[in-house]
Amino acid sequence: MDASLKVSGLAYAYPDGTQALFGVDVAIGKGERVALLGPNGAGKTTFVLHLNGILHGGAGTVHVGGMAVDARDKKALKEVRRRVGLVFQDPDDQLFMPTVAEDVAFGPANLGVRGAELERRVAAALERVGMAHAAGRPPQHLSFGQRRRVAVATVLAMEPEILVLDEPSSNLDPASRRELAEILTSLDVTVLMVTHDLPYAAQLCPRSLVLSGGVIVADGPTHELLADERLLAEHRLELPYGFVVPQRS
Amino acid sequence: MGAGHAHPMYRRGDSPVHQLPPHCKILAVLGFVLAVVATPRERMWAFAVYALLLAGVTALARVPYGHVARRVLIEVPFVAFAVLLPFLATGPRVEVLGVAVSQDGLWGAWNILAKGTLGVVASILLATTTEPRVLLLGVERLRVPPLLTQIATFMFRYGDVVVAEMRRMRTARAARGFEPRDLRDARVLGRSLGALFLRCFERGERVHLAMLSRGYDGRMPVLLETGASGGQWAASAVLPATAAAVALAAWMAPWTLL
Repeated sequence: MDASLKVSGLAYAYPDGTQALFGVDVAIGKGERVALLGPNGAGKTTFVLHLNGILHGGAGTVHVGGMAVDARDKKALKEVRRRVGLVFQDPDDQLFMPTVAEDVAFGPANLGVRGAELERRVAAALERVGMAHAAGRPPQHLSFGQRRRVAVATVLAMEPEILVLDEPSSNLDPASRRELAEILTSLDVTVLMVTHDLPYAAQLCPRSLVLSGGVIVADGPTHELLADERLLAEHRLELPYGFVVPQRS
Repeated sequence: MGAGHAHPMYRRGDSPVHQLPPHCKILAVLGFVLAVVATPRERMWAFAVYALLLAGVTALARVPYGHVARRVLIEVPFVAFAVLLPFLATGPRVEVLGVAVSQDGLWGAWNILAKGTLGVVASILLATTTEPRVLLLGVERLRVPPLLTQIATFMFRYGDVVVAEMRRMRTARAARGFEPRDLRDARVLGRSLGALFLRCFERGERVHLAMLSRGYDGRMPVLLETGASGGQWAASAVLPATAAAVALAAWMAPWTLL
């Protein structure tokens, strides 16, 4: 299989000795949309920060599009950070430039893209999330849902191999939530979505992984995992009241 | 969210003054202020010319005079001392409206008031015709260390976020019946401030992670070209050059109008 992401035996302990990951194995194929489910404190964010080499030093390997993530190799790291587009949970953390357009340009500009090509990338990325009209505005003047979409655009402009979203649905109102879902399904890119929003995973991702206690405890079609009440209960995952997983044919 | 959309200083426009590159304008204001400061305080006519120059720039920038006048008020606390000078200073006295005041003090007060106001008005015009972030680009072009301009840029971006956070904390305190009454309540406010600091610190770390994730390597990419043409340099040199000529004339002139 042509893997966008291949993680083998990834283990990590924080400097204070807290072990967060105990040997994680994950393989995600090109163009797949996968949800990484897990309760708070399961090690989801720790895992995500390994994908582009921000955290490192434990055991195991990470490959992105066939390229090894090695934090000591600065040049390779730059390429890895282009390939892995990380969208953080709080868009205010992600959008730090004075205007939307400059923020979207920040990533590709760091990769050395300039001039007309840079403008093209910024326009295209904003177009894909439906935010082209806001290019000249300061991010703090946008609504929360709009900021989340711009945050997605900031990594799309880097033309990543895989888009990694940390809790993409958090704090969104239902309309913004649907709009983001429409955008994510329209993208022609591998997606790894980290969340404990199970309906959102069911809506967007045909396949899910469950990370709990620092290991992958389940990997399969999302609607099957969500139908497994015992699995969910064991790992503090719960469907919202009244929610029934739509069965796929 | 909840932040005011208009910046209190900047006024959108497309006047010739708005269109000048930021670093030209910064240097022009600096040159103008230096000329004003260097002018002997006894040459009152020179200050009148300076004021006329600024009025001309204001008109050219199509900024309403009221906009400038309201913002000049920020200098009040700084010039309050000037009002006291005629009464506190020593030396020969003169009668003004039946009150004996120090002549030297009177000149001192005039000096502070006139030069201060001219400087403040010039700065207000700069801030009114230049967007804050463009102003920072101008500062960067003038070879101010990028670390300083980056800090200022981030302050500009996150000021509203921090204020909103502070406001939420205040609301949360008030919602649980806290009303600051006397000095003992300072302890509570101090703790809130500490919590706010921690939150800002954590946010700073998260922002840094987000920057690293997008390939940040210690240098901000230059995204807006702010080069200046010869004509733009010449246009922005008009104000400081005229002011310098006036200052020179004020030094050479043997007469005073007072």
